[in-house]
Amino acid sequence: MINRLLIVLTAVAALAGTAAAVEKTPFVIGYLEIEGDPRYAPPRAYAGIDVRPRHRPVDGAALSIRESKIIGRALGLTFSLDRVSADTADGLSREMDRLQDQRGVDFFIVDGASDVLTSLADHAADRDMLLFNISEPDDRLRSDACAANLMHVIPSRAMLADAMAQFLVASRWKNILVLKGEFPADTALAQAFQASAKKYGLKVVDKRDFVLGNDPREREKNNIALLTAGVDYDAVFIADSLGQVGRYVPYQTALPRPVVGSEGLVAGAWNWAWERHGAPQLNQRFERRMGRRMEDRDWAAWAAVKAIVEAVARTGGSDFSQTAAYLKGPDMILDGYKGAAMSFRSWDNQLRQPLLIHTSNAVIERAPLEGFLHSTQYMDTLGYDAPENRCRF
Amino acid sequence: MKGLVTWVLLMLVITPAEAASGLVYVTNEKSSDITVLDSKTFEVLRSFDTCRRPRGVHFSHDRSEFYVGCADDDQIAIYETATGALIGRILNIEEPETFDLSPDGKLLYVSNEEDATVSIVDIEARRVIGDVETGEEPEGVLFTADGKTVYVASEAANMVHVIDTETVEVVADILVDTRPRRFALTLDETELWVSAELAGIVDIIDTASNKIIGDITFLPTGFRKEQVTPVDLLITKDGTTAYVALGRANHVAVVDVASRKIVEYILVGKRPWGLALNADETMLWVANGLSDDITIIDTESLKAIISVPVGKVPYGILIDDQ
Repeated sequence: MINRLLIVLTAVAALAGTAAAVEKTPFVIGYLEIEGDPRYAPPRAYAGIDVRPRHRPVDGAALSIRESKIIGRALGLTFSLDRVSADTADGLSREMDRLQDQRGVDFFIVDGASDVLTSLADHAADRDMLLFNISEPDDRLRSDACAANLMHVIPSRAMLADAMAQFLVASRWKNILVLKGEFPADTALAQAFQASAKKYGLKVVDKRDFVLGNDPREREKNNIALLTAGVDYDAVFIADSLGQVGRYVPYQTALPRPVVGSEGLVAGAWNWAWERHGAPQLNQRFERRMGRRMEDRDWAAWAAVKAIVEAVARTGGSDFSQTAAYLKGPDMILDGYKGAAMSFRSWDNQLRQPLLIHTSNAVIERAPLEGFLHSTQYMDTLGYDAPENRCRF
Repeated sequence: MKGLVTWVLLMLVITPAEAASGLVYVTNEKSSDITVLDSKTFEVLRSFDTCRRPRGVHFSHDRSEFYVGCADDDQIAIYETATGALIGRILNIEEPETFDLSPDGKLLYVSNEEDATVSIVDIEARRVIGDVETGEEPEGVLFTADGKTVYVASEAANMVHVIDTETVEVVADILVDTRPRRFALTLDETELWVSAELAGIVDIIDTASNKIIGDITFLPTGFRKEQVTPVDLLITKDGTTAYVALGRANHVAVVDVASRKIVEYILVGKRPWGLALNADETMLWVANGLSDDITIIDTESLKAIISVPVGKVPYGILIDDQ
């Protein structure tokens, strides 16, 4: 408590602009991750072929901290990241308390799956803490399992599916064959897409399961040509969260049709090939510092830190409730290098944002696509809009 | 004798006008070339290749040369205004975007988008002689008339930095609205106008206190707030009128400076950014980045006269008619 009071006082002194020589006050943001998080585990890849990158998105947060230096100069603050890990959500809860008590940390970026996020949000419920989800697209976190203190920077599955549905409608590819893998995440993806298809008037002509393997008794489930035969469609939507099967689908379909979803044309939060709205600068900065390309989760971690810095810059940052209220509120403008002023939806804490529909090396479209209208905010055509909201804080 | 003096004076007045080539140069960021147009007929005369990703352009002090910043080649190329001939290069400037010339014509302050610095370039020596740390992605650069102060906008940090050119130090950081891009100073330089692209407004800063004292919100009919993304802005020589390019709202706003009221919205091409006025300010040239053309506006009737296709993603415009 004394610690926190001190910080508040010095921040006020610095803001009052006593002198350029005022010592800078630290502003620490927590960064939490699970040790051995299965989402980053080595792939079940044959012959060591790694088809999905599994980089920890902390690099995005670190870049954002770097970018905050000059804003800090003006505010008399030094932003920094305290990265901690634990092997369970309970362990992370204890780390959160420790960070708050010892370093005055109120804002936490969490790289965790649904269960971790839910558990941490529960733990933080009666404390002055705000959490940021940067890697979990689970739709339940934005509906029945939502939490008032959990902000979602990464887009939800519903948003990604809506973006793809808009693209398919705009392309007049209205009859869709859905292929689905065996994992719960695949089912969730397929469900999200079917909901979007209904919302935008696409027709799912059939939904078929695939399995990875060569069992002759499951030939029709592991042979792409057979799996895609016997019905007509304009495009194939593949729900393959691991990316092990999807990569064999393009060019092997029974009919010459485009493949979208987890493979081929993909909707995402970010892409290294996006060349508008200042994106090349961000991508080049990231690549130069981190030696790799910026991915969706990196972008979300970067944007989460940027949102916190922005709210602190606008409010002074010394009062948690005030800063959190600004961050969640209608005056918040987050510049995510996607050409739109982003802010958090009041009904489910999801960051409203444009999404990028891309191939392996080009961004084909930015959603919401032109022509998809909304009575107040075009970006709210993606994902759960207020009228269909099921989140109750 | 008196006749001779009159003749000399007359020559002084006339010569610059005669020296003007009547050419308009447009930098095309994506096709890495410059389109040359006739300032009177609006015809495209030719185009020529430049260094890669040419963006900011500026005349030299006597207008006999002009400078082009090439972001992807880390250099500023120098061209002869009368002919468009390449006559020099200033190398090793990290990703130059926009820049401004000191009033004495000796220095360029160049924003280095990738480096979060502003480089100071000695034009005669053809090299960088210093730099100043800014926020990420510095963009607009503007000198005051006395050359003592330079303003730099930092896009990513939402800040305007005030640089004292004597000490070459930042003397103030002003927090402004989201994604500040370009500047204009009012005639008496008491107000600095800065476009905030993502906030969709122009912030007005009092140059004495370095505080925001007002803003102007734009909203052409049929557009939403989030589609209004102002970038370039100009104030006329008499200080009465401002023009603001509204980006994705595909319009240029005409603003009465004194009352800060919007007089008119003029429909142009897609995503207008760059603006330039001709010498007598009867024509406003607008670079439309996403429709790859230039729109020319008659400032009397406030109507677009013509749009002319140029290269890919036109960025900056220079008009040599004075």
